[in-house]
Amino acid sequence: MKAWIGGLLYAIFSKAGTKAGSSVLCHIRDLADLIVHEVDERVNEKGKNVLDQVLLARLLTFTTLGFHIIFATLGVGIPLFISIAEGIGIWKKDAHYLLLARRWSRGYVITVAVGVVTGTCIALQLIFLWPGFMQLAGKVIGLPLFMETFAFFFEAIFLGIYLYTWDRFKNPWTHWILSIPIILGSVGSAFFITTVNAFMNTPQGFTLEDGVLTKIDPWLAMFNPATPSKVAHVLSSAFLTVSFVLGAIAAYHLFKKKEHEYYKKALGFTMFFALLFSLLNTAIGDLSGKFLAEYQPEKLAAGEWHFQTESRAKLIVGGIVNEDTLEVEYALGIPMLLSILANGNPNSVVIGLDQFPRELWPPLYVHYFFDGMVGLGAYLFVISLVFVVLSFFHKRGKLRRFSRWNRPLLFGIIAGGPLSILAIEFGWIFAESGRQPWILRGYLQTSHAATPAAHLMEMFILFNLLYVFLAVLVSIVLIRLFKKTTPEMELEDKKIIL
Amino acid sequence: MSLEILGITVLWTFLYGYLIVASIDFGAGFFSFYCKVKKEDHLVNSIIERYLSPVWEVTNVFLVFFFVGLIGFFPSTAYYYGTALLVPGSIALVLLSLRGSFYAFAHYGVRNSMLYTGVYGLTGLFIPASLATVLTISEGGFIRETNGLVEFLSDQLLKSPYAWSVVILAIVSILFISASFLTYYADKAKDRKSTVIFHKYAIMWSLPTIFASMLVFFAIYQHNPEHFQNMLDISWLFLLSLASFLVALALLLKKKHYGWAFVMVMLQFAFAFYGYGISHLPYLLYPYITISDSINSPVMGKALVTGFIVGLCLLIPSLYLLMKMFLFDVKYVQGKEKAVQR
Repeated sequence: MKAWIGGLLYAIFSKAGTKAGSSVLCHIRDLADLIVHEVDERVNEKGKNVLDQVLLARLLTFTTLGFHIIFATLGVGIPLFISIAEGIGIWKKDAHYLLLARRWSRGYVITVAVGVVTGTCIALQLIFLWPGFMQLAGKVIGLPLFMETFAFFFEAIFLGIYLYTWDRFKNPWTHWILSIPIILGSVGSAFFITTVNAFMNTPQGFTLEDGVLTKIDPWLAMFNPATPSKVAHVLSSAFLTVSFVLGAIAAYHLFKKKEHEYYKKALGFTMFFALLFSLLNTAIGDLSGKFLAEYQPEKLAAGEWHFQTESRAKLIVGGIVNEDTLEVEYALGIPMLLSILANGNPNSVVIGLDQFPRELWPPLYVHYFFDGMVGLGAYLFVISLVFVVLSFFHKRGKLRRFSRWNRPLLFGIIAGGPLSILAIEFGWIFAESGRQPWILRGYLQTSHAATPAAHLMEMFILFNLLYVFLAVLVSIVLIRLFKKTTPEMELEDKKIIL
Repeated sequence: MSLEILGITVLWTFLYGYLIVASIDFGAGFFSFYCKVKKEDHLVNSIIERYLSPVWEVTNVFLVFFFVGLIGFFPSTAYYYGTALLVPGSIALVLLSLRGSFYAFAHYGVRNSMLYTGVYGLTGLFIPASLATVLTISEGGFIRETNGLVEFLSDQLLKSPYAWSVVILAIVSILFISASFLTYYADKAKDRKSTVIFHKYAIMWSLPTIFASMLVFFAIYQHNPEHFQNMLDISWLFLLSLASFLVALALLLKKKHYGWAFVMVMLQFAFAFYGYGISHLPYLLYPYITISDSINSPVMGKALVTGFIVGLCLLIPSLYLLMKMFLFDVKYVQGKEKAVQR
């Protein structure tokens, strides 16, 4: 077990961030490594080359969702940035911001396309791979799933209208108003689908009698205890990620010594929002910790290797755990911090894994992902803070010696693009693996829900080939699209000299 | 009307909506590719692109809607169809994914690539074929249940004449529906040359569509006599469908009123589709799932219907806006408005 985690972490840290701008490719390589390690492990354990259904179903769900959430995150966040940029552009009559909105929306369509098709994949794979789960839970989560499709429908319609009406109205604000339903649709679909995931973590709104769900209350199921913190965290982290991804593009051009005002405006704009959402995200992350302590203590305990229930619990940073003796080595323990994180009180008692039978423990590797997520979040916060502080003092005439366009800082922002996506993946893996062994916490175990159908292995290979292929192609298409017409060319075409 | 009848009517209507918009889309992709091969693409592509670009994403949602709604209203279908459809469904998904992304790559990214158009055009013919499998399976005979374990008999499906007749019907219908719509759209755009081309395709695919329908009738008689008997009981619907087809064909041959011709084609498929659906009831999956194995909670049923009505109140005006801007706006259709932001 430890071998593949080590391998995975090595793979992630050695590969991510080395090549900015190709985060998708990095991601794909990591997935490939993870799969190879998992497969090797299984082969060694059982001495035969047959993977069991549950593992295959989990792996296929993992690769589909792991690929989808990159595009889903961009899809949730980018419309807000397009809309704000267009709004500023119209309000201040600043052609640079208008061009920014146009170029972002052009790239956005490509990512939306991949998001739509992978979203369709996961929607149907839920039925194909976990038919038992869908049969049971479909009675309760049908409503949010249905509403999610509505929101998505809404977004699709207005995206089509928005993209094809740039120059069609006399009043530019008419076109800007069309961006509002796109934001509503994208945020709405994130909201509804997250309530479904929240329901799987803290199910309520039904009674289980002899394997049949009765007394169903879909609204209670939708607004379950996990919903507020999950929705808030999903949205704030999506906005944070997008501000870094868009910021990284601008930083990349400045790093390449392109001096145009356009890039500087883009970077200032995105980094301002990066700091804002970073603060928001941290506050919401704290709320999520308190939520876990109260409703899902085993997830928090596994994430923090907190084995004994105790007061003044310490927070463990880093380290390696021995899964047999449960001893933690090489870790930094910060006294009382876990109690503060869990309850806001250093003397409070935090429930440990000793309160749960061993077979119901989440896997202990989730700690690495938890630390990774928090670490990357801290990095994003520091980088955006440095940039904003430098630009603030620069304007005031102080700190003139430290240009905010200095190269190490630009490099740090470029790295922030792929790293922010990595943080999304880590957080998601922590949240999902931390729920194991349950698919519906307290009701249905994952191992009882996988499809009995044959040919899972072939389907797994088929879909992975598809994702690798799409990842390569989408990167090539996006790079070509933006290289073919540079902002300088477009500004000249439109005869804009500012 | 009982809740489950309401539910299945709503879902069936969405599936019908998908049938029409997806057929136009799939057919257009194929024609676009075919004309490119014949080097006639400069004649037809601007028409196809002007229609497709703003709506392609909407098409996809109709399909997801149907599946999600089906699970919401009839959760027991998830288990049977979910297990049975793993392979055909996954293949359809891969094709849909390739098609959707290649559309975006070709039309918003790098243009005029034979490869992109080719993938987009050809996958469009295979997707309906694999999706039609769902309807085929619903007739029964391709799923075996032993001790609660559902098994999909893929060999049976591949050997079944019924399955193949449905596939043929799916392919020729999309070409017919699409060509008759594009004839209307091109005529409205006053694009004489592409009107002639699409008109030719519409006439060409009209008779195969009717023959394929007859073939399916005959195959259902062989495969599921009980269903065939039900169809005979409401044969007037199918006769109306035939009548609509004849009117559409007459209008097309007279080269007049292409808009009405397309409405007639829509009616032809509406009568046949609802006729098929009504005669299929009460089974959702013969003989395992009937419509009464549905929502077991009235609260959930009400919530779904409420959500549905709220959703429709948002959807219908926005769909209307979309059509008004890109289908019925003469200036846009004729290409006087900028078609693509660039």
